[in-house]
Amino acid sequence: MPDSARTETPAASPALRWPSDGLSKIPDWVYTSPEIYEREVERIFHGRTWNFVALEAEIPEPGCFKRSFVGATPVIVARDLKGAVHVFENRCAHRGAELCRPALGKATELVCPYHQWTYDLAGNLTAVPFRRGIKNEGGMPKEFRLEDHGLLKLNVTTRHGVVFASFARDMESFEDYIGPDVLKDFDVVFPGRPLKILGYYRNTVPANWKMYHENLKDPYHATLLHAFLVCFGLMVAGNRSAMIVDASGRHGTLASARPKEGPKVDADSKAQMRAFSDALKLEDRRFLEFVREFDSEWSVTMQTIWPNLIVQRELNTLGVRQIVPRGPNEYLMNWIMFGYEGDSDEMTRHRLRQGNLMGPSGFLGIEDNEAMRFVQQGMLKSESDGSVIMLGGAEEGTSYKMITEAGIRSLYRHYRVVLGL
Amino acid sequence: MSAPAADLRSLRLEIEEFNAEYAAVLDAGRVADWPAFFSEDAVYRITGRENWDAKLPVGLVYCEGIGMLRDRALAIAKTTMFAPRYLLHQISNTRVLSVDPASVVSAEANYALFETLVDERTTLQQVGRYHDRFIREDGRLRLKERHCVYDSLIIDTALIYPV
Repeated sequence: MPDSARTETPAASPALRWPSDGLSKIPDWVYTSPEIYEREVERIFHGRTWNFVALEAEIPEPGCFKRSFVGATPVIVARDLKGAVHVFENRCAHRGAELCRPALGKATELVCPYHQWTYDLAGNLTAVPFRRGIKNEGGMPKEFRLEDHGLLKLNVTTRHGVVFASFARDMESFEDYIGPDVLKDFDVVFPGRPLKILGYYRNTVPANWKMYHENLKDPYHATLLHAFLVCFGLMVAGNRSAMIVDASGRHGTLASARPKEGPKVDADSKAQMRAFSDALKLEDRRFLEFVREFDSEWSVTMQTIWPNLIVQRELNTLGVRQIVPRGPNEYLMNWIMFGYEGDSDEMTRHRLRQGNLMGPSGFLGIEDNEAMRFVQQGMLKSESDGSVIMLGGAEEGTSYKMITEAGIRSLYRHYRVVLGL
Repeated sequence: MSAPAADLRSLRLEIEEFNAEYAAVLDAGRVADWPAFFSEDAVYRITGRENWDAKLPVGLVYCEGIGMLRDRALAIAKTTMFAPRYLLHQISNTRVLSVDPASVVSAEANYALFETLVDERTTLQQVGRYHDRFIREDGRLRLKERHCVYDSLIIDTALIYPV
């Protein structure tokens, strides 16, 4: 892996020394330290990673642009008049103003409102008002060249309608970056079919951004935290499932398969899960239906594409989530829910109905966000230090067990190398 | 606008009373009683103003039919894990927009939703507008559609109870 080559790390300050227990204990300062956060911005978000910035369906026509983020850094994603997609910093070259304000828009050029410096949709500076001054007095010096003062351009790649950007100039291909095992389920959601945007959710969570990755590398929590899944038979500890991890350890797919005969809960699982109650029944059973529209053995795949993307395929409700860190103790989550062009009205409504599972008001989403808030509060306020990550022993990499934390250990093996910890 | 002004004024008062009762039920945490404000085929949705303005159909909460409203009430009351909290609605600026020939009343009202978690200060969870369609059943107004469209696009952590 290219990141492994980064060994120029200065020694961590004494307080930031990884505990001797290896990967079975994660110290709290990984989630709370401003020094660690700064290093993450430099080496992860601004380092050798592909960061999700947009779906092409959001900027379908020449001139369309979107305000987005790489890490916490604001960027503009724009489709130029020839149709090519560009990503550049949302920071005027003149005085640093964040020049683009709308979430989405369409224009032939981008103009900073402060002094009207004007850029084309590739981020090139095309005009500076009063460049020659007034009556040849004032203005820019003769040697000022527009081409030296464009917006900072990022490296861009797309895969089947999904746009990624990187501050690194010499990135490997996206396909090599995520590896074949994770790419396989990515392509199930994004087979190249045109997407139909259904809308947006946005929320903050007062927790460290990595916690969101870890939550989706943790199959253990699914049937314990999410009583809804258990009570209504959507997922039970006995279902076939997998935690697929790429060779680098940073990306993953949490997958489960609904039995062909439909949701059911066996007696053994009922006994283990406090949440289970035979008395609870949903009135509207449409919610539980699964239209088998995908070429995949899994009915649910939740993908963590390092460092800032979640791809959600929960039965028929589809979405991506962009993680925008805001310091060590908070992140912003931008959700884009979608279906496919050509979906019938009924299929679209089925996706929307099933959407009640996810998001900041989702039956599962509420609980994930609350649990992560509780974890951050616990870490910030307590004297004890460190999480216990011992389920499944020292196992790492892909696992077909539910009760394991192998995916979290794999992530931290990678993370420690990148951060020099 | 088809009805005379006096009728519209009395309708507005009736909707204000309806909304006061609706808020009282939710503010008391009686989520199981909340579906009774809706008709059998009701649509209930909470969505950001960016979606409403762009005619994007997604909902943070998206219910078609009273069964889905009851299921949500059941899930929140019986299965969902979250920290205890109080909620308080303030509903104002009620406007009756029209009454169609089938007596369906279109109306709007602004809302502010305050949230108080144990050990923390009260926060403004969101401000928004109800876009409603009412029908009359057994002499009482019921919601056939309620779209809660919030201006506060960034939700703080989670929006748990119905708005």
